[in-house]
Amino acid sequence: MPTPTGDIVGQRRWYWPAFSAPGLLWLLLLFVTPFYAIVAVAMGGRDPIFGLGLPAWNPLEWNFTEIRGVVGEITTQSTLQDQFFRTLLFIAIAVTLCILIGYPVAYYTARHGGRWKVVLLSLMIAPFWMSYLMRMLAWVNLLNNEPESPGLVNQALLATPFVSEPINWFAGNAAPIAVVLGLVYGYIPFFILPLYAALDRIDKSQLEASRDMGASPGGTFFRVTLPLSKQGILAGSVIITLPMFGDYYTPNLMSGQPSVSMIGNAIERSLNNTGGQPRGASLTLMLSLFVALLMIYYLVSVARASRQARE
Amino acid sequence: MSATTEVRTPDTTAPAPPPPARPGRRTAFFRNPWGKPRFLGVWAWGYIAWSIVPVLIAVQFSFNAGRSRSTFQGFSLQWYEGIFIRGSEQFDETLLPALMNSLKIAAMTVPVATVIGVALAIGLARWQGRGSGAANFLMLFPLVTPEIVMGVSLFLIFVNLYTAVPLGIPAMVVGHITFTISYVVIVSRGRLFAVGREYEEAAMDLGASPAGALRRVLFPLLAPAIFASAFIVFAISIDDFVISAFLCIEDCRTIPIKLYSAARNAGSPGLNAIATLMLVSSMTAITLAILIQRRFIRKQEGGQRSAVEDFARFEI
Repeated sequence: MPTPTGDIVGQRRWYWPAFSAPGLLWLLLLFVTPFYAIVAVAMGGRDPIFGLGLPAWNPLEWNFTEIRGVVGEITTQSTLQDQFFRTLLFIAIAVTLCILIGYPVAYYTARHGGRWKVVLLSLMIAPFWMSYLMRMLAWVNLLNNEPESPGLVNQALLATPFVSEPINWFAGNAAPIAVVLGLVYGYIPFFILPLYAALDRIDKSQLEASRDMGASPGGTFFRVTLPLSKQGILAGSVIITLPMFGDYYTPNLMSGQPSVSMIGNAIERSLNNTGGQPRGASLTLMLSLFVALLMIYYLVSVARASRQARE
Repeated sequence: MSATTEVRTPDTTAPAPPPPARPGRRTAFFRNPWGKPRFLGVWAWGYIAWSIVPVLIAVQFSFNAGRSRSTFQGFSLQWYEGIFIRGSEQFDETLLPALMNSLKIAAMTVPVATVIGVALAIGLARWQGRGSGAANFLMLFPLVTPEIVMGVSLFLIFVNLYTAVPLGIPAMVVGHITFTISYVVIVSRGRLFAVGREYEEAAMDLGASPAGALRRVLFPLLAPAIFASAFIVFAISIDDFVISAFLCIEDCRTIPIKLYSAARNAGSPGLNAIATLMLVSSMTAITLAILIQRRFIRKQEGGQRSAVEDFARFEI
């Protein structure tokens, strides 16, 4: 007796959702609920004797003292405000550098990679699978200024006539340079890949059409290629901006000085202190709200792109 | 076949074929803008060198005969002996436990994350009804949430609510599973879309039960993606720092945590050696993942793009 296609499965509406159930349950219990824990701790009170945080799981018991305190600190002159603006500044510089360094690389690979394309791509992807910490360790080695054997960067600089003693990259005026270098070095592969994908999708016939209509190569680039890759630049920038907002290990590894600490450092420090949980949670909550717009923008554009790809 | 389409030069589109390029680079570019601009090539390969060479130098110094990390004093394996051989000259008792913790956590994360993730991917790919959009959205969120937010939230919930899971290795495993599930879904989903549902439907038309079609048709087709995602989960787990650091208290230091705490104050080629071991294990896992995908998918469909190129598209 022949069965119409898909009928067996179609009769049971729960069949496919059932496959998703364990994963969705896991994410609800260990991704969504923990996020609520941030809210509950941030809005909670403190135990009167030890001053430890008491989470308020019931929204009716929320109190906003901690949040108000943190907002107050950010809006007035304080260490936290410095950290906040420093985070924005470092990220702005790092993302700009990623675009300037990364665009030509992605463009070359997508358009002129030729038979080297797979090799180029593999080497571009390789840093994805190296631990971030390993890559930072590499730069700590290169930049160090131990008097008896300075790192290779300092050795190279000492060989020039401009530098007479090893530069201390980890403290003082040079520390911000080292931290921004660390950020760019750490995150640029994540910027280049989505941009590459966007550039690679551009139909070559559109460029040919632009040339046929008399546009110069530069005109073709600025009026066809660049607008068509805008989505890729945005996607790449968002992808690297999100983790940079939560980065605390790069400033700590490259310097550790208060003069380069970012919002992430403030969060990490609060959570390591006894009784710092409410403050750490409030900061994390504010950070999340701050990046939520970026995240939602990104997810919506991914959803749109994958819908288009399937059609 | 793909070679012919790639080599095709768009001569036909230019009003007149460009005259042969003169030696000068700038003029060559403007005469034939479809040729390779050399400065871009130099820039791209320069970037690749900048992104890879520092790591290779770090690897090189793990073989240094001296203590320096910037002057190579001869080849030696003493720093590797210092990880494994108690009593050897450079023995550091903290390194081997870090390696073992990393491997232990990855070994427990891989099976759970892979099984849950593959099931989730199958469900999401085939489930069309109400709620599937929201489920898809939820699955994508861990990929874009800054790790510090996940780390803080998991730390707070284990301390304040799920106190049955102690901080340390158990909490770290749960944390790693949580943030690797989505990677498994992304990798498997690509394959599920490529396979389509025709094969299962054919199997069921021929009398297979839904479970039978799944076991005997879909799983074999999905196997490369399943193995590939297992290797990818392994690599991500080995390399993770932020989630581990928030959930670790004592006796659970992994290699990245060890690197973080010692890189600046107590740096030695021993650290480079353990970092190199970590690098080799995650790179091996990823190479296997790519090879598996490539070998099986090529065989079945004669795909034209390489697995690496496919991978480059996964992120979008």
